Amino acid sequence: MQELGMAEQGSIRVSRKDGNVVVIEKDLATEEMVLSMGPQHPSTHGVLKLECMTDGEVVTSAEPYLGYLHRCFEKHCEVVDYPGIVPYTDRMDYLAGMNNEWAYCIAVEKLLDIEIPRRVEFIRVMVSELNRIASHLVAIGTYGIDLGAFTPFLFCFRDREHILNLLEWASGARMLYNYIWIGGVAFDIPADFNKRVKEFVDYFRPKVVELYKLLTENEIFVKRTKGIGIMPADVAINYAWSGPMLRGSGVKWDLRRNDPYSVYPELDFNVPVPDGKFSDIGDCLSRHLVRALEMEESLNIIEQCISKMPASDGFNPRSAVPKRVRPKAGEVYARAENPRGELGFYIQSDGKSTKPLRCKARSSCFVNLSAMKDLSKGQLIPDLVAIIGSIDIVLGEVDR
Amino acid sequence: MEEGRALPQSVQQSAAAYAVIREQFKGAVSDFDANETMPFFEVLETEKWPEIALFMRDHPKLKFNYMACLSGFDYPAEEQLGIVCNLESLGEFGHRIAVKVKCPREGGSIPTAAYVWHTANWHEREAYDMFGMQFTGHPDLRRILCPEDWEGFPLRKDYRVQESYHGIKVPY
Repeated sequence: MQELGMAEQGSIRVSRKDGNVVVIEKDLATEEMVLSMGPQHPSTHGVLKLECMTDGEVVTSAEPYLGYLHRCFEKHCEVVDYPGIVPYTDRMDYLAGMNNEWAYCIAVEKLLDIEIPRRVEFIRVMVSELNRIASHLVAIGTYGIDLGAFTPFLFCFRDREHILNLLEWASGARMLYNYIWIGGVAFDIPADFNKRVKEFVDYFRPKVVELYKLLTENEIFVKRTKGIGIMPADVAINYAWSGPMLRGSGVKWDLRRNDPYSVYPELDFNVPVPDGKFSDIGDCLSRHLVRALEMEESLNIIEQCISKMPASDGFNPRSAVPKRVRPKAGEVYARAENPRGELGFYIQSDGKSTKPLRCKARSSCFVNLSAMKDLSKGQLIPDLVAIIGSIDIVLGEVDR
Repeated sequence: MEEGRALPQSVQQSAAAYAVIREQFKGAVSDFDANETMPFFEVLETEKWPEIALFMRDHPKLKFNYMACLSGFDYPAEEQLGIVCNLESLGEFGHRIAVKVKCPREGGSIPTAAYVWHTANWHEREAYDMFGMQFTGHPDLRRILCPEDWEGFPLRKDYRVQESYHGIKVPY
């Protein structure tokens, strides 16, 4: 039909009259609209603003704006001495405080070149892996909420509560621990701690399976996430993605294996990578899947820690804690595998002061989020929510 | 380095990688600092940095495909600002090295590496936000953590916070 040929120049609005198609309007220009998601938006997991250019339902570009939660971590580090920085690191990724403290302590210990008692290492691994499970539970639960599944969230938070109780018992705090110190830990674990952790592991194993059935294998959930936001492996590496994000793209890379620290070389665990049968490699579902599988690996690690941990006879958790932390002049970049990826600390010491000259935190969320602009191009708005959720950002760590 | 203590294997790998770079760029790069905590070299001719970066990423013996971190720093005594990039060959060779690039403190600029590693985009924006060095050729050089109209660069050692911001008293 001749009239419909106009469609090439612009959109047309047509109607039917007596069986014929009648053009009512032609050359309709589509208009781009700016849509601001956030800073107060439930699916941005905190105060992140996404300025989306939308063409109808399609997002043509999305520019993240950050800094709403910027608390000047690096500026504070200039005036606080080395042990005083530990509580600040808790407040970066507040869902995985133990892992943050540990990464920072590894960096300073490398500068100081001190030997850590074996029991301390096992305690550190254990509390960090517990914290990793707690963090993944929040990630998985809130991801469910983003996509309209409310029940898994409640299940996840119920189980997370057990972990927080355990960590509170050991450290005295629920989320911001200040438990791992430079050279040691604040206190030895309580007498029956390992027994209770074992009880938790036995309790939690079936719950992981339950979570699979409830969320991961849920058809609606799979339809919302499979094939959405695909990130090829080489681009992911170029964007310096790490952790579950990078493994979701099919790169078998885990700092606990590939740049081992602490006692991880002695522990036996797998690095889960999607095989492309259940999900498309690199999509949102793969990233979710890696987190879900990682929880089981963490349980394995915790069990091995319980059996391998040296006895507490004559053990002083602060025996290697230096009285005065004054590292020799030099620089260090040390990192650890956090629930969200590689958390690195770059520290400069002038050799005279008890305060670092420069302390930079390489935050995993910050780096993972930087790919958002590329990832969101041409996606639908509901898929954008699925993509942000799969990045699993904690704004406290993005903005620091 | 203490006498009689052999270099760890990772530092030896970095040294081998450095040798390839030195052979190509000769005087444009400084000597290798083989310390144990963070082995690094410095780019002496700043304008050659993108070329060196691309060479490091694509050379078949180097393959530094992963930029782990880029941090800015300030040396008031030397009147210099700079960046340090922690690079790694992820999944290929596994070797690591750090590169320092410096520029003058006032009006200094460093060519961007954002076209070599995408991740450098936001890291460079952060370094600009905190230290105020320009990254020439950067696709989108704006402040990232501080507000757009913030005055001064907070992590410079001589930074003084502004008196008021939109009528709000800042130092308390």
